[in-house]
Amino acid sequence: MKDIADLLRHHPFAEGLDEETLALIAGCAKNVVLQPGDYLHREGAAADSFYLLRHGAVALETFVPGRGAFSFLTVKSGEILGADWLIPPYRSSFDARAVELTRAISFDGKCLRGKCEADPRVGYEMMKRFIPPLVKRLQSARMQALGMYDATNA
Amino acid sequence: MPQTLKACTPPPNPMAPSMTRLTRFIRESADVFTFDLAPERATPFAPGQFNMLYAFGVGEIPISISGAADAPDRLTHTIRAVGPVSAALGRLKAGDQVGLRGPFGVGWPVEEAKGFDVLLIGGGIGLAPLRPAIYWLLRHRAAYGRVGVLYGARTPDDLIFVSELEEWRRTPDFQLRVAVERAGPDWTGDVGYVTPLLSKLRYDPGDAIAMICGPEVMIRATALALEDAGIADSRIFVSMERNMKCAIGHCGHCQFGPLFICKDGPVHRYDRVRDLLAYREL
Repeated sequence: MKDIADLLRHHPFAEGLDEETLALIAGCAKNVVLQPGDYLHREGAAADSFYLLRHGAVALETFVPGRGAFSFLTVKSGEILGADWLIPPYRSSFDARAVELTRAISFDGKCLRGKCEADPRVGYEMMKRFIPPLVKRLQSARMQALGMYDATNA
Repeated sequence: MPQTLKACTPPPNPMAPSMTRLTRFIRESADVFTFDLAPERATPFAPGQFNMLYAFGVGEIPISISGAADAPDRLTHTIRAVGPVSAALGRLKAGDQVGLRGPFGVGWPVEEAKGFDVLLIGGGIGLAPLRPAIYWLLRHRAAYGRVGVLYGARTPDDLIFVSELEEWRRTPDFQLRVAVERAGPDWTGDVGYVTPLLSKLRYDPGDAIAMICGPEVMIRATALALEDAGIADSRIFVSMERNMKCAIGHCGHCQFGPLFICKDGPVHRYDRVRDLLAYREL
């Protein structure tokens, strides 16, 4: 049976990470399995964790009274879920709901923040892994906000 | 001996529409519809070409052909009702007449793509001009490497060709990913912008050709993402949209730098238009 360091080693997030750092952050991680409909975090709740998705898909949603939940992003296997643990006040901005059977590595955000504070090199490794997908999501969010799909008649 | 004047037929006037009859009307979404036209005679076309459709008494607009190129006696067009002409076309019903000129322009490089992996990326109604290329690839599947289609739309209700999307999803050796910008809880597919889905397709970037159709801002973003993935800009093809009037390169309405979208396009090789796309005046 694979231990958490093995699972982590096979995730794209850990690519290029040295064994020492990998073992260090694995100490803040655990393996989780979510059924369809399970929530990984809820809007407004404490953001005390983030996830590396190994299999499955998670919808990021916000609830609109009278209209229900609206999803604006699907996070899939190989991707990172959750950035609110990085910045005060460590509060989840949106709901995150598994839309299919999902396996993930869950990190204790407070534990990992402590290790990053203690060793800035670890913090920099985390930043290098979080910033690119967050910037790409920001770029995509801008395109979605523009709503350009209805701008043409081909 | 006096010469006999041979009776000669003047060449067909490219500005004169021929009459077609609408044979089938399909409502795709709230503002998008598809109809089939039966032309007076078979009208062969290449995937990616367009016709000028004339709503009598209202006006004429360029619309890409969205049907199969192997059925030249049936011309299918998919249209979003955004202006007076497209709205008038959307009010037609089976049996009504539509004026037609075409087909015009340069289409998708389906012959050039033989032997390559092929990626087709459509945004919004941009899937419609790609559909003839998709039909072509499916019909000649053995001639191509891996084939992948990405399609982005606003919401699940805005998806077009829904039954065919399901069919393509089930087609072996054919990759389809659909993303909508927002969705309710019933939608279990991808939500987000379409370009990040490129990483979910299997293809060899050094041996792939990509075809993009959609709003220009999406074309630019997608072409950059394809380049980042390793596809050469000379192997990326984009379908451009401009204000076309004559469709034969005379009037200049669709001039795009040294190019005329109507006759040099609408499909252009990206490396030939990428610098022009940076000019806001064009």
